[in-house]
Amino acid sequence: MDALILQLLNGMDKGAAYALIALGLTLIFGTLGVVNFAHGALFMIGAFCAVTMQRILNLSATIIDETQTDFLGNPLKVEVPYVQSWFGEVTGAAIQDWAVPLSILLVIPVMLLVGWAMERGLIKHFYKRPHADQILVTFGLAIVIGEIIKAFYGANPIQTPSPAALTGSIDLGVAIGFEPNTVIYSIWRIVYFFFAALIIAGVFAFLQFTTFGMVVRAGMADRETVGMLGIDIDKRFTVMFGIAACVAGLAGMMYAPILSPHYNLGMDFLVLSFVVVVVGGMGSLPGAVLAGFVLGIVQSLSSMNEVKAIIPGIDQIIIYLVAIIILLTRPRGLMGRKGVMEE
Amino acid sequence: MSKSNFSRRGVLATGAMTAGGLMLPTYLRADAHAGFTNAPQGDTVKIGFNVPQTGPYAEEGLDELRAQELAVEHLNGMGDGGMLNTFSEKNLDGTGILGKKVEFVTGDTQTKSDVARASAQSMIQKDGCIMINGGSSSGVAIAVQGLCQEAGVIFMAGLTHSNDTTGKDKKANGFRHFFNGYMSGAALGPVLENEYGNERRAYHLTADYTWGWTQQESMQASTEAIGWETVQNVLTPVGAGDFASYLTPVINSGADTLVLNHYGGDMVNSLTQAVTQFGLKDKVVNGKDFKIIVPLYSELMAAGAGSNIEGVFGSMNWNWQLQDAGTAAFVKSFGEKYGFPPSGSAHTCYVQTLLYADAVTRAGTFNPCGVVEALEDFDFDGMGNGPTTYRGADHQCFKDVLVMKGTENPTNQYDTLEIVEVTPRAQVEYEPDHPMFAGGDLGECNPGA
Repeated sequence: MDALILQLLNGMDKGAAYALIALGLTLIFGTLGVVNFAHGALFMIGAFCAVTMQRILNLSATIIDETQTDFLGNPLKVEVPYVQSWFGEVTGAAIQDWAVPLSILLVIPVMLLVGWAMERGLIKHFYKRPHADQILVTFGLAIVIGEIIKAFYGANPIQTPSPAALTGSIDLGVAIGFEPNTVIYSIWRIVYFFFAALIIAGVFAFLQFTTFGMVVRAGMADRETVGMLGIDIDKRFTVMFGIAACVAGLAGMMYAPILSPHYNLGMDFLVLSFVVVVVGGMGSLPGAVLAGFVLGIVQSLSSMNEVKAIIPGIDQIIIYLVAIIILLTRPRGLMGRKGVMEE
Repeated sequence: MSKSNFSRRGVLATGAMTAGGLMLPTYLRADAHAGFTNAPQGDTVKIGFNVPQTGPYAEEGLDELRAQELAVEHLNGMGDGGMLNTFSEKNLDGTGILGKKVEFVTGDTQTKSDVARASAQSMIQKDGCIMINGGSSSGVAIAVQGLCQEAGVIFMAGLTHSNDTTGKDKKANGFRHFFNGYMSGAALGPVLENEYGNERRAYHLTADYTWGWTQQESMQASTEAIGWETVQNVLTPVGAGDFASYLTPVINSGADTLVLNHYGGDMVNSLTQAVTQFGLKDKVVNGKDFKIIVPLYSELMAAGAGSNIEGVFGSMNWNWQLQDAGTAAFVKSFGEKYGFPPSGSAHTCYVQTLLYADAVTRAGTFNPCGVVEALEDFDFDGMGNGPTTYRGADHQCFKDVLVMKGTENPTNQYDTLEIVEVTPRAQVEYEPDHPMFAGGDLGECNPGA
């Protein structure tokens, strides 16, 4: 039972990441009608914003310590972070420790800028082109972004730790009546889950309860009629592209302590996220979130040793099996709308 | 009308003699006479450095490349000579190999077997390389070794740790300076017994490919030999990224030790997640502190894993902190040129380049069969690791092995690992027909063309 609960927690956590990326993808598809294969790259840029913030906070002055030597026997060069020089050793170290959460200050402007540049610079030229063209150009863009990241940050994964206070695990089992040390789970992954839930709730609330959101929803349902009412729906959809980029970036930023960022990180999530979007139903925001959690949980449960003992390797294909079954029984996905991607 | 003196037979005879005369100089050249692939022409010889320059092991590959370029400099008489000054053989004098200046081409394996084979094939067919050196990953090494055997060139593998490379997949044209999974197990076993006792329950997470399988088999054998119980071995896909689904079952398995048979990015991720997210190093199971073991270490991995490796045991082929003269010479050359200490894989590729050059010099020919004969059962010293032998029976190198531990109080950015023990080679030696290396056939050396 405790093993099952642990895998359910894993599934919720994994599903939260899938749901966040799929939510952004669906926002873009539902508003602009663009199949954005560069969305995984936006997730990666968010993760590298965390790396960048960590590096900014670790910028240091070099001093020569004559009392120590380096590996060649020369006087040792010691790095003293500017943050610690300015704010004192204790406060400076605390600021450095919270680099990942603080990188939200970098992620939002950077992702808005990147989203705006992508939409205005490239994607708007492909609105009226076939989906195959959109996929090709955005996939190419994802590769270019990956290579640029590699050129600046190298090919190796970069450690981006969570704050010390949120590192390690917590004994959840005791709270629900289990023996101590049976249901232990990562604190940061729990934080990630609640963060994802907050972002998802925020996006839905924005669309549901603001005038801007109401117009966007109306545009998603009937773009032409909204346009005839004199509303510049294109401008609002461009803003939604920026918001979708922000959602992906925030998801990537918070994922950096879970999976050390590397230049191919976006590709790792891209295919799975598209499966999530298709299973949820193209263009359906609640569908994307629901499918994200369903597939995350199914994938985690299938990786239990007891399951793999019966069907070896099932954890590697289960998502695709579930996708096939759902699409055979519900061709529009779990919550797909009639007419979307059916022309 | 003049009468022609040409007859059909006369033209044929004269043509044959002329052709024979033109071919004679080529035939008489010693290398071409030997009839082997890519016999060097002119006053240069070309070797190929086939390493991952992109992809997950790119940093490892680029460090190999740096070391190989340094080796070529030293062979051509530039720089301070590095290990040429400490090598027990004194045949190399800085004038290249057999008087020919050494040139090189590089290829990018991307750590993919098919890409690595295509790259090696291009080096052999298009660039005329006489020898292929380097690489990271056993899957790649085995694939390229097979190609070089067919093509008739020497292959010296880089970072390949699977028992299979010099076990069931060994080839006469291939040599491995790097140690293997069995040796890691043999070196680590007694240290683990000494540190953690005889009553431990080990849970293995294993990369699902040739290296992971043989590494796990070796570690299971060596830990069971000291009385440990193996609770479970779970295969994980290479590049899994998020290992949470594989780590959570460890918590309730009753295991008190986790053996991570992972390398590169997988090891960085699985170890980081085990330590920082699931707090395994802080757990107490069966009244014992939970321990993690990483059988194969590299400096680049250690840097990637950061403080998470503190106190974690593993093994290495070589480390820049060794105190012998050969190591000191290489670290000085490399450090002064590049500004940081060399990695273990850099050392392997550097040494292999020099050893190939020396073998050619001793054989007096570039013919791969002459080189194979010169390297088989070759004893030498002065290249780090003490007295070393390239065993003729399987082309595996035998030397001391290092047991390492993640530094608990690092003093600088390179102080990531400390040497716990230099395990004498006698402790890690095995018979060529050992069950873990059974099968396969070294075969005959192939000179190619």
